[in-house]
Amino acid sequence: MKNKPALPDTIQLAHGSGGQMTRELLEQIVFNTFRNPYLEQKHDGAIVPLKGPVVISTDSFVVSPIFFRGGDIGELAVNGTVNDVAMCGAIPEYISLGFIIEEGLEMAQFLRVVESVKRAAEKAGVQVVTGDTKVVESGKGDKIFINTTGIGNPHPKAQISMDRVRGGDQLLVSGPIAAHGMAILSEREGLEFESEIQSDTACLNHLVRDLLDEFGPEIHLLRDPTRGGLSGVCSEIAQDSNLGILLRENALPLDKQVAAACEILGLDPLYVANEGVFCAIVSPAASAAVLEFMQQHPDGSRAALVGELREAHPGKVVMESPVGGTRIVTPLIGEQLPRIC
Amino acid sequence: MKYLTEYRNLEATQQVIRQIEKVVTRPWQIMEICGGQTHSLVRNGLLELLPEEIQMIHGPGCPVCVTPMQLIDLAVELLQRGVILCSFGDMVRVPGSTISLQEAKSRGGDLRILYSPLEAIRIAKENPDREVVFFAVGFETTAPANALSVLQAEKEGLSNYSILVSHVLVPPAMEGILDDPFCAIDGFLGAGHVCAIMGYREYHPIAEKYKIPIVVTGFEPLDLVQGIYRAVLQLEKGEYRVENQYARAVSEEGNRAAQNVIHQVFQVADRQWRGIGTIPKSGYALKDEYSDYDAGKRFQLEEERATDSGECIAGAILKGQKKPHECPHFGKKCTPRNPLGAPMVSSEGACAAYYHFASTNA
Repeated sequence: MKNKPALPDTIQLAHGSGGQMTRELLEQIVFNTFRNPYLEQKHDGAIVPLKGPVVISTDSFVVSPIFFRGGDIGELAVNGTVNDVAMCGAIPEYISLGFIIEEGLEMAQFLRVVESVKRAAEKAGVQVVTGDTKVVESGKGDKIFINTTGIGNPHPKAQISMDRVRGGDQLLVSGPIAAHGMAILSEREGLEFESEIQSDTACLNHLVRDLLDEFGPEIHLLRDPTRGGLSGVCSEIAQDSNLGILLRENALPLDKQVAAACEILGLDPLYVANEGVFCAIVSPAASAAVLEFMQQHPDGSRAALVGELREAHPGKVVMESPVGGTRIVTPLIGEQLPRIC
Repeated sequence: MKYLTEYRNLEATQQVIRQIEKVVTRPWQIMEICGGQTHSLVRNGLLELLPEEIQMIHGPGCPVCVTPMQLIDLAVELLQRGVILCSFGDMVRVPGSTISLQEAKSRGGDLRILYSPLEAIRIAKENPDREVVFFAVGFETTAPANALSVLQAEKEGLSNYSILVSHVLVPPAMEGILDDPFCAIDGFLGAGHVCAIMGYREYHPIAEKYKIPIVVTGFEPLDLVQGIYRAVLQLEKGEYRVENQYARAVSEEGNRAAQNVIHQVFQVADRQWRGIGTIPKSGYALKDEYSDYDAGKRFQLEEERATDSGECIAGAILKGQKKPHECPHFGKKCTPRNPLGAPMVSSEGACAAYYHFASTNA
C-alpha cells in the first residue's frame, strides 16, 4: 500500500478546495472514522433503504467554545439532530455531516471533533452516510461549524401531534434542566463552582423509543427544550394548543450547582438551554406509569412531573412559586446567551 | 444554598402574610426602592398574596432604567468610533435616542458583555493598541468594583482604559421622590444590597425629616414580607424610624473597605435620572485626580443635557405615581421586544417585571 501523505498540523484553505488535499483529509480522517457501506458508495450522496413515511430534521451547530465541560461540538451536532428526529416520534437511523472549518484549526482538534461525532453516532445508533467539508479564511468563521441532518422512520406506535394535546394532560421532563447553558456560560466566563457544571448533551432516542414501545398513543407530544429553555417550549405548546400550562417551580428538577450558578448570574433556569432532556405531554391516566418507567430507565432516572395542561388561561404558561404565588412565564425575548449550540 | 431556601419557605412566608393581615387597618402605600425587590415580588407572585390594603409602589432602583438616554447615545458613539465598549448585559437593549448598543454591535461595534469591570481591565491589557471603555452604571452596589477597576488600571499603568460613569445614589433619590408634591408614599423598603455596602446611617435623617418608616429589606419572599410587616407595624402605630430586616447581610455602618474604595475614586455629583430629571448630589463622578480615566473627558464627549423619554411615562412609573399597566402603551406599543423606555427592558424594571410575571388576575 502506498504511504499516505502526512496531514499538516492545521486546516488550510486547500482542504476545502475539492482537490487533492480535500481528498486526503476526507480519506484519512472522515471516511476512515465513519467507515460504512453507504459512505463507501462514494456517490455525491448516499442511497439508503427507507420504508413508508420518513422523518427528516436538520440543525446547525456554532457553539463557542467547541470543547466544553461535558461535551463538544461534535457530540452536540449528533445528539441535537438525533433528538429532533426522536421528538417527532421517530427512530433516527442516518445522519449527514457538514463541516464549515475556519482555516488554521488545529488538525488534532478537528480529529478530536470527528472522533466525538463517531462516538456519539455509535451511542445513538445512527450511521453517518454523507457529508461535506468546506474551509473558510481565517477570521471568517470560528474554528468549526457543523450541520447535521437526521433521517428516520416514525415509531409504529407513535401518535405524536399537537392536535392530541388536551386539558388535563400531564407535563413531564426527563431530567434536570439548565445544565447545558450554564456549563457553556461558566466555561466562557471562567467561573468555578464547587463541582464542575457539565453539559447534559445526550441522545434521547433510546428513551423515546422505549417509552413509545411501552405507552404508544398515551404519549401526546414530545419536545426538547434547547435554546429558549423550558419556558420557550412551554410557551410554544400553550400557544399552538390554545391551552394553558401550569408549572410548579418546586417540582422542577435542577442540580444544586446549576441552581447556584443561575442565582449568582441572575439567570432564570427556565430560560437556559438544555441539550439532553425532553418534555413529554402524556395522558393523565398514564402519567404515573410513564414517570415511573422514565425514572427506571438509565436515560431518565431524574425525570419529574412538573406541570399540567389546563383549559384555563389558554395560550399562557403560569408558574406556581414556592411561596404559593403565581406568575406568567413568557418566552425568551432577545438572546440570553449567544452561540450556545 | 443556605440562606436562600429558608427564605423561600411557603409556611414561613404565609405566616408573616397572616400577621400583616392581622395588624393592617387601612390602606398603605409602600415603595420598594430596589429593582431586585420588584423582580422578586412579581416573580414569586407576592403581590396577589398580600392583603389588598397593602399597595406596593415600584421605585427607581433599577440602574438600567434611570440611566439617561443621552448617555446611551454617547456609548453608541464610542462604539462607532472604534472603541471596545464593555457593559453589563442589561444595558445593551435599552433604546437610546436612535439605536441601542445591541444594534450598534450588529453594525460592527465591538461590544463586550461582562459580569465584572475587572474583566475589562484584562481586555485592556490584551488590546494595548485599542481604547477600552467600561460603561459604569449602577447604584452604590456596583460602585466599589467600578472604582477598583480604575485603581487597578492605575496600578498596572494602563493608558487605554477609561470608564463612562453614570453612578446614581439611593438616598438622594428617596428624598427627590418624597419632595414631589404628588408623592403618596407612606413607607419604604430600603434596598438591601445597597445598604450592605453603604450601611444605613444616612437613612435616619430621612426617616426623621419626612416622618416615614424605612425598613432595610432583603430580596427573598420571606425577607420581603417581613420588611413589609415591619413597615406596616410602624405605620399602624404612627412610628417612623429605620429598621434592619436584612441583618444577615447589612450592618449599620456597611462595608468600610468598599466605601473607602468608592471615596478614593469618586466624588458626589449632580446626576440626571432618566424619566425623573436632575437630582442634586445624586450620583458619583470621577475625582479630578482620576480624570484621566474619565471616558467623557478622554473622548471629549458632550456634557449631559436633559432629554425626555418621548412616549414613555418612566418618570411617573419610577416615582410610583402610575402602575405599569396604567400606561396606554403597556403591552401594546411597548413590550420587552420593542421597548419604548428603559423600565420595559431590564428584568428589574417595573414594566418588564409586570409584563413577564404579573399573574393573569393582577
